[in-house]
Amino acid sequence: MTEKKTTIELKKLNKKFGDIIAVNNVSLKISENDFFTILGPSGCGKSTILRLIAGLEVQDSGAVIINNKDSSFVQANERPVNMVFQSYALFPHLSVRDNIEFGLKLKKISNTDIKIRVEEILELVKMNGYDFKLPSELSGGQRQRVALARAIVNKPKIVLLDEPLSALDANLRMEMQQELVNIQRNLKMTFMLVTHDQDEALSISSKIAIMENGKIIETNTATNMYEYPSKKFSAEFLGRINIIEGASSFIDNRILFNSDTFGKINLDRDIKLPKDGVLGIRPEKIIIETGLNKQKNRVSMNGTITNWTYYGDVSYITIELKNKSKVYINVQNIHRNSLQELNIGKKLFASFDINDLIILEK
Amino acid sequence: MKKRIQHYTPVNYAKNNTLKIITFIFLVILYLPIINLIIFSFNDSKRNIVWRGFTSKYYEKLFENEMLFLAFSNSMTIAITSTIISTFLGITTAIALWKFNFYLKKYYDVALLFPIIIPEICMGISMLVFFNYINWPNFQLWPFTLSSVIIAHVSFIFPFVAIIIRARLSMLNNEILEAGQDLGASKYQVIRKIIIPFMSPALVASALLAFTLSLDDFVVTFFTSGPNSVTLPVKIYSMVRFGISPEINAISTLLILIIIICTYFAIRFLSKSNREFMK
Repeated sequence: MTEKKTTIELKKLNKKFGDIIAVNNVSLKISENDFFTILGPSGCGKSTILRLIAGLEVQDSGAVIINNKDSSFVQANERPVNMVFQSYALFPHLSVRDNIEFGLKLKKISNTDIKIRVEEILELVKMNGYDFKLPSELSGGQRQRVALARAIVNKPKIVLLDEPLSALDANLRMEMQQELVNIQRNLKMTFMLVTHDQDEALSISSKIAIMENGKIIETNTATNMYEYPSKKFSAEFLGRINIIEGASSFIDNRILFNSDTFGKINLDRDIKLPKDGVLGIRPEKIIIETGLNKQKNRVSMNGTITNWTYYGDVSYITIELKNKSKVYINVQNIHRNSLQELNIGKKLFASFDINDLIILEK
Repeated sequence: MKKRIQHYTPVNYAKNNTLKIITFIFLVILYLPIINLIIFSFNDSKRNIVWRGFTSKYYEKLFENEMLFLAFSNSMTIAITSTIISTFLGITTAIALWKFNFYLKKYYDVALLFPIIIPEICMGISMLVFFNYINWPNFQLWPFTLSSVIIAHVSFIFPFVAIIIRARLSMLNNEILEAGQDLGASKYQVIRKIIIPFMSPALVASALLAFTLSLDDFVVTFFTSGPNSVTLPVKIYSMVRFGISPEINAISTLLILIIIICTYFAIRFLSKSNREFMK
């Protein structure tokens, strides 16, 4: 496969607000047609990165390169990027149509072209018929669609989305996530989303960057980020995980991990374990067994259930091993009758595959 | 047959008969004198106490009365001039208070309300004293004879304009302006294509309000006008001292008509602007 074109490149960006370092030496590459997500806890500086790309803030140092052109000091109105704001920021005195046309009119596009494009976009975001409504007459989801339409109608190099779904209720959010992906694929546009919602990031993005305290911790594709994270922070931020601490040693070129929780684990893999490395296992990779599983590639355990949280489709259970360490297990509720077996205080056996272990850097 | 279920909201104004009656009585007491005034402007009697038949001759007489015409043109000149000045001052004040931070801003905010809450009589007297103190020249040439009244009017009208426009501007948050920039508007275009169109309903409404405030003001005008700058309300007052004639009713009716038209449009523009309020 040929290398994809880079749409946005950030080079060692830095931005401070007073004493607070919002963006700390961030370098990123966003390729064409990516759905790139920056995921991080609130206040980690992810919105600031979007604002720096849009030109609404000026970096202290570093460069913003848009389409191979250094745009670090280009004014916001001259950058080929458009943003969907968290509060939607629709012009309250303009109708839906006027809102969408706003950018096109400034670009001096002929009226007939404007009409055709607005018509297309309204169709795309399923807002046809709402042309002459004011933003105050729309529901949250509809405002969201108009804000998106207003951005993509300009055919920007990249669409920046600043937590656009956070104000919607859960069902509508799921629906809009799916639609965002469809629109992005159909239009072959580059999208960049900022969110603190892990599920949202996993379900819609092609690439995820995890951010903490102004720094990018790790960048990877969505599936790899979940299955093969390399940093403890990103592994923990993307979902529940059992962290296994311990010390490693080499025997015959193989790593023998002496864990606090499960004793000796023979890592049958030819990889380097980083210094202070830990292992991780996702709770859904651990399965409940009827007895002690003695297969070579599996790690077995037995313990007592100390906690059980029911989510309908899955149950989150916590078991306590003999050495007092706790292990999280996600159990799919395949049969409703089997729920009784998960009572607190019950003893059970479980095991996981060594190949599912994640090696993490602290 | 379907049983009708009555829904009671805590206070259902529309369905409460007692409230309806009270409201009706209230409206009658409020508007009866005005309706009476309008009806008696068509009364064919000099004394204007009992109805003696319909006539429109007092309206015709109005247009022949030079003194009244002069007072009317004075009033209009003052109202138009002070509307223009106070709208301009109001816009700039509103923008300053909305967008900028400056020393003692908090107090300036409150000080802006003073001309509205100070009793008009105090305002009038203080204006009178002020013009005497600074020896404001006694102009003889026509539009300049009105200068002191215009200054007095602007000083109590422009806070109204500033407050109305500011309330409107407070709906315009920073993200909206940024969105404009993001969509390709330069800083100048943001002002021209977003801020000005956005505040225009409030602007028109407050200008109309300023016009009516100036046109019907009596107290402040009474203290600041001289023999060469008599306005319509002041003129009506001096006429009343010689007895109430249907002529006074006629001129008052015309004044009420102008005010009602202005207020109607002011409210229409304001309600249009409120409709855009984002929930």
